[in-house]
Amino acid sequence: MTAHNGQPLIHARDLVKRFGEFVAVDGIDFDLQRGEAFGFLGPNGAGKTSTMRMIGCVSPVTEGTLRVLGMDPARDGSKIRGRLGVVPQQDTLDMELTVRENIVIYGRYFGLPRKQLYPRADELLEFVELTERANDKVEPLSGGMKRRLTIARSLVNDPEVLLLDEPTTGLDPQARHVVWDRLYRLKRQGVTLLLTTHYMDEAEQLCDRLVVMDHGKIVAEGSPRDLIERYATREVVELRFDDGSRPEDLGYWTEGLVERVEPLPDRVLLYTDDGDAASHGIHERGLVPESILVRRSTLEDVFLHLTGRSLIE
Amino acid sequence: MSSLTLTLRPLEFFMTQYRRMWRGNVVSSVVSPVVYLLALGVGLGVFVDRSADLPNGVSYLEFVAPGLMAATAMQISSFEASWPVLSAIKWDRQYHAMLATPLRVRDVILGHQAYFMFRLLLTATVYFVVIAAFGAVESPLGVLAIPVTVLVGLAFTAPLAAWAAHTQTEVSFVAIFRFVILPMFLFSGTFFPISSLPRPLEVLAWFTPLWHGVTLCRDLTLGQVGPEDLLHLAYLLAFVAVGLVLARWTYKRRLFV
Repeated sequence: MTAHNGQPLIHARDLVKRFGEFVAVDGIDFDLQRGEAFGFLGPNGAGKTSTMRMIGCVSPVTEGTLRVLGMDPARDGSKIRGRLGVVPQQDTLDMELTVRENIVIYGRYFGLPRKQLYPRADELLEFVELTERANDKVEPLSGGMKRRLTIARSLVNDPEVLLLDEPTTGLDPQARHVVWDRLYRLKRQGVTLLLTTHYMDEAEQLCDRLVVMDHGKIVAEGSPRDLIERYATREVVELRFDDGSRPEDLGYWTEGLVERVEPLPDRVLLYTDDGDAASHGIHERGLVPESILVRRSTLEDVFLHLTGRSLIE
Repeated sequence: MSSLTLTLRPLEFFMTQYRRMWRGNVVSSVVSPVVYLLALGVGLGVFVDRSADLPNGVSYLEFVAPGLMAATAMQISSFEASWPVLSAIKWDRQYHAMLATPLRVRDVILGHQAYFMFRLLLTATVYFVVIAAFGAVESPLGVLAIPVTVLVGLAFTAPLAAWAAHTQTEVSFVAIFRFVILPMFLFSGTFFPISSLPRPLEVLAWFTPLWHGVTLCRDLTLGQVGPEDLLHLAYLLAFVAVGLVLARWTYKRRLFV
């Protein structure tokens, strides 16, 4: 049985992954539709990678139901993997082979004929802007280039779903933007993306829909905009104080001006729909922090509200 | 899709990797037997033949050459199936790349073993040609020492790959080399008959796969085969089989979690 139109490409119900006593994934439900860009947002250890590995059919499901492309990973793992593209968290490129050889050999694992693979590799390298490096060894490439090569390689079999586990972790900001741009293009071409990330900006840029994960559970689901509307205010005022000048009774100073106060170790967040009015009001009451920043709410605020912790600690 | 085609795909990767180092490899495959045979077979052999009383009146060169052939297979195997296997799991992670595709754990194991087989076949063939050139092959049956040498190698690569997929660090490899491979190299009948060992050590030597491999190779090149050679063959095959079963288990536990 394969996926038909309307049937989800990936379907999970009460999905559980345990390693001995440790519960990595604690009963999650989700469906991925064709053409979607779907994300798992959560801090390290939330169970994102374990979920991805089960979907990628390289980790057995402990309990619950998982169907990928309409098939059961326990029975049809090899067949399913033949139709997925995987960008793992840690690169698995061969350092001794050239950039092009890495794609061709990987394509051979799918049984694609060499004759077809050489033009395909060139096409993919052009897409990730590595054409000039095609005949170089992989080893001296920068982290961002290696990532792009891994993405190119994962597309060699024209996958129906592309699984990306922390696609830009460890990259510098510029390299991240190049990767995002490529992924965004894939999304526009209609490739179904499933990604995990602990960067809220990555989730905001790439995901049509996402779930927030914490301690192996899904704590919220929706589009980035939905989630912000539901769990945060439109704007946030960030207050920073000099050592010792932070007032104890924040409630007194902010009473009536904001919807919610979130004191963090290094700053205080005030949630309100009108940041300027709030910061103005605080000033009028005579509270003078070292700095005030008014910004829009992000998924980081959503996560903070849902779990009481930051995404990156 | 047949299992064989899936096994051949990882082999293709290892062959592509090998293409980058084959030159140095072939040179050392030729140089190493020439040097060993000159030093031991010819050099040391002069002294040995003067006094020793090898069974059936064979020369020391004839005695030691097939032994070296089998022992070399063991040495190559102990390198090839240790670091590279752990690296494909832990450092270079090529196994993980393979398992993200239709390839299954068993294809990864058999594909890597198929590559070892190729390496061993190449080395064994070169070795055989060299010892034949030294005049140390007495019987046309000797040519069968080539596949037997490959089998000796696999009797090591299969269990060692199983171990390498189990161990967390490379520390044990040095210990295995020093305390298992090297003593086996010296005391499994390669350089002298194990009957000259003290009785307990001789009994111990019976259990080493290398002794069975050395004896079998020697019987073939000397043309002195007997029914007991089937036992040697069976013993080596058992090592391969048990090694593969263990590998199936350790690879799966490591890669499919």
